[in-house]
Amino acid sequence: MTKTDTSPILTLKNIYKSFGPIEVLHGVDLEMRPGEVVALLGENGAGKSTLSNIISGTILPSSGEMTWQGAPYAPATPREAIDAGVGMIHQELLLLPHLSIAENVFVGRYPMKHGRVDRREMERRAQSGLQRLGLEVSPRRVVQGLSTASQQLIEIAKALTLNAKLLILDEPTAALGGEETKLLFEQIERLKTEGVGIIYISHRLEEIKQIADRIVVMRDGEKVQEFDTADIPVRTIVEAMVGRSMDQMFPPLASPSDDITLEVRNLGSALGHFHGVNFNVRRGEIFGIGGLVGAGRTELVRAIAGADPIAEGTVLLNGEDITPRSPRAAIDNGIVLVPEDRKQQGIILSHSIAENIAYSNFESVGKAGWITASRVRNFANENIGKFGVKGRGRQNASEMSGGNQQKVVIAKWLARNPRVVLLDEPTRGIDVGARSSIYEIIHGLAVEGVAVIVVSSDLEEVLGVSNRILVMAAGRQTGILDHSEANDVSVMELATA
Amino acid sequence: MSESSVNSQRGRKLADFFSLGGATGPLIGLILLCAFLTFATDSFFSVRNFLNILDQVTVIGIIAVGMTFVILLGGIDLSVGSVLALAMMVLGYLNVEAGLPMGVAIPAAIGAAAVAGLISGLLITEFKVPPFIATLAMMSIARGLASMITNGSQIIGFPAWFNMGAIIRYGGVLTMTVAVMFVVFAVALLFQRYREGGRALYAVGGNPEVARLAGINVNRVTVLVYTACAALSGLAGVLLAARLDAVQPTIGIAYELDAIAAVVIGGTSLSGGTGGIGGTIIGVLIIGVLRNGLNLLSVSPFLQAVIIGLVIVMAVAAETFKQRKA
Repeated sequence: MTKTDTSPILTLKNIYKSFGPIEVLHGVDLEMRPGEVVALLGENGAGKSTLSNIISGTILPSSGEMTWQGAPYAPATPREAIDAGVGMIHQELLLLPHLSIAENVFVGRYPMKHGRVDRREMERRAQSGLQRLGLEVSPRRVVQGLSTASQQLIEIAKALTLNAKLLILDEPTAALGGEETKLLFEQIERLKTEGVGIIYISHRLEEIKQIADRIVVMRDGEKVQEFDTADIPVRTIVEAMVGRSMDQMFPPLASPSDDITLEVRNLGSALGHFHGVNFNVRRGEIFGIGGLVGAGRTELVRAIAGADPIAEGTVLLNGEDITPRSPRAAIDNGIVLVPEDRKQQGIILSHSIAENIAYSNFESVGKAGWITASRVRNFANENIGKFGVKGRGRQNASEMSGGNQQKVVIAKWLARNPRVVLLDEPTRGIDVGARSSIYEIIHGLAVEGVAVIVVSSDLEEVLGVSNRILVMAAGRQTGILDHSEANDVSVMELATA
Repeated sequence: MSESSVNSQRGRKLADFFSLGGATGPLIGLILLCAFLTFATDSFFSVRNFLNILDQVTVIGIIAVGMTFVILLGGIDLSVGSVLALAMMVLGYLNVEAGLPMGVAIPAAIGAAAVAGLISGLLITEFKVPPFIATLAMMSIARGLASMITNGSQIIGFPAWFNMGAIIRYGGVLTMTVAVMFVVFAVALLFQRYREGGRALYAVGGNPEVARLAGINVNRVTVLVYTACAALSGLAGVLLAARLDAVQPTIGIAYELDAIAAVVIGGTSLSGGTGGIGGTIIGVLIIGVLRNGLNLLSVSPFLQAVIIGLVIVMAVAAETFKQRKA
């Protein structure tokens, strides 16, 4: 709003895009001015990624006009866009695992000296890029084995060294915790003062309010609303995104009984990720676990689910020691995990929904180990119907949206009537509509008397669903907050303690 | 339930039973190949020639079954040819040299092969040796052990009935060895399609971490599959011994490549998780029919090798093309 005097660097007029007979963008207009952050919002499938791919030269529009710094602009390849000064950070990490961090940052545009790659210069510049984002690792280290958050930061560092005039960030904070997000925002502020325009795509509406100057909301391939300020109530934004009014994002708080279902005593990881964790979860309680990325939350729930080795301490179920040594042992006791990384740990993308569900329910699908395709299919169709999955059992998992895939992962476990359900980042990368239905499922579990644990980096989410919140920092437990005393400040204080 | 939906359910079930699990492409290839050879030669289309082909593919067919399980899992087994030779030498030594009855020698030969597979499996799961390396090592070890038994020389002198099992066509149709192959095919098909363990193979091959978190004991499945693959190679060795009426330690070289070719032609993906025994059986028949047909057409063995290579490339390219379209 203060920059109305400057002329736009990028304009889009009447952009259409069709894939075969299906039109996915129906005449989108957009203007970007230097030094402003525009949040591009919308549910999955709204056309955000298609639009950013057109701007970054990954795909060509079917019709419409673009101008860049006043001149016609029609990049046919990402290279052309980068050369013009348009950089994009993709949601999926596209790093080369066996190369060093510095090589990844400068791949394809190595700094040269006397016709040879100038390694010292490359490492120096990579190092300074990393430091600005608060990543204290050597640029000579190979990427393989780095945490998802660190890899995301490298991807961002890569884009920052492009000297771009327009940056598109697609879900840059999906894998980041609060501290890293803060550093990223500082860099975005710095870029703004340098006159770089930024298109910021995210599902985390709270951070949009912090960082964006304007908000553009898309739905079903059209621009449905533009806000000239980011100071808009979250609910108004959400309603624009889903196209209907949302009475409430979160269902009412669960009302747990007094019986303790799960108790964890002095639990310590054999891999050194956490130690001395003590808590209990009651029947019908939703128990949140918050903290920064790398605090040991994922490792804690994996250990309870038998997926990671336990060095010390006990896990008790209804007062009985059942400390699991394998996923099988935990599953047999009714403890199931919906893991953090859906595509790598939750679901086999190349297999059908029915098969995916059958893999964790062989006892119910087969009689004495005999399994037929029709029983697999019927079992799956019964269960996906129950949880509102859009699709049929015979469909491949890869054909479904992220939200529906996540529902399948949940459905495959809920078919077992578990006693404890551990959900690690249950709504990461999932659009608002699917998100609220996942909260409904979680709430429904609590009502049925299941003890539910929800790990989330999304503060709003942990605060919204949990009866109590355990906060972890650097592998230690720093406190348990009751719903009444928990807010973003008290959680962040403990997370950085 | 209405009558039509009962009917469609029954139809679905029937379709499941005859489903080839994505092997329709190879099947069409096989039919076209047979049709071509029927017109191109006088002697191809006869019962006798078909029975001949079955005799010729017995050994590779049984090895390919084990190889399918290994590849479904995302692994590879290079040691099958050597393990086959080891089983044959153990059989020859125990039966001919030590004078033990076949009832002891055959189980011992298959058992020796199974132990080799067990060791490969444990190397892969417990010591995290990549399957390619572990079975490459076993390929060398088993070959060496097979040669050590007789210091490299062959063994002859099996009982007469043993060799007859591979020659006499019972009921004028099946030799004992071909019958054994059919039994292996049937059991493997049933296992893969209808047993929990068979379905678990697909899960492990599709994504071992998802499978582990789903409560499948991935290490146990892996060890069992390598053991079963080696045991099947041992069984194939026993049948080959019956056919040849002799054993020698240099037998079975490059059998692993024939088996892998049959599996790949049958549509099983080397990255694991898709394909199956049905396709492999067709793959085995394609290789068998092709060799037989090329012989009938008097194509030189050198050119035959080139043609088989081209068929492998075409089969995989067709599969990749189909997947990209879908």
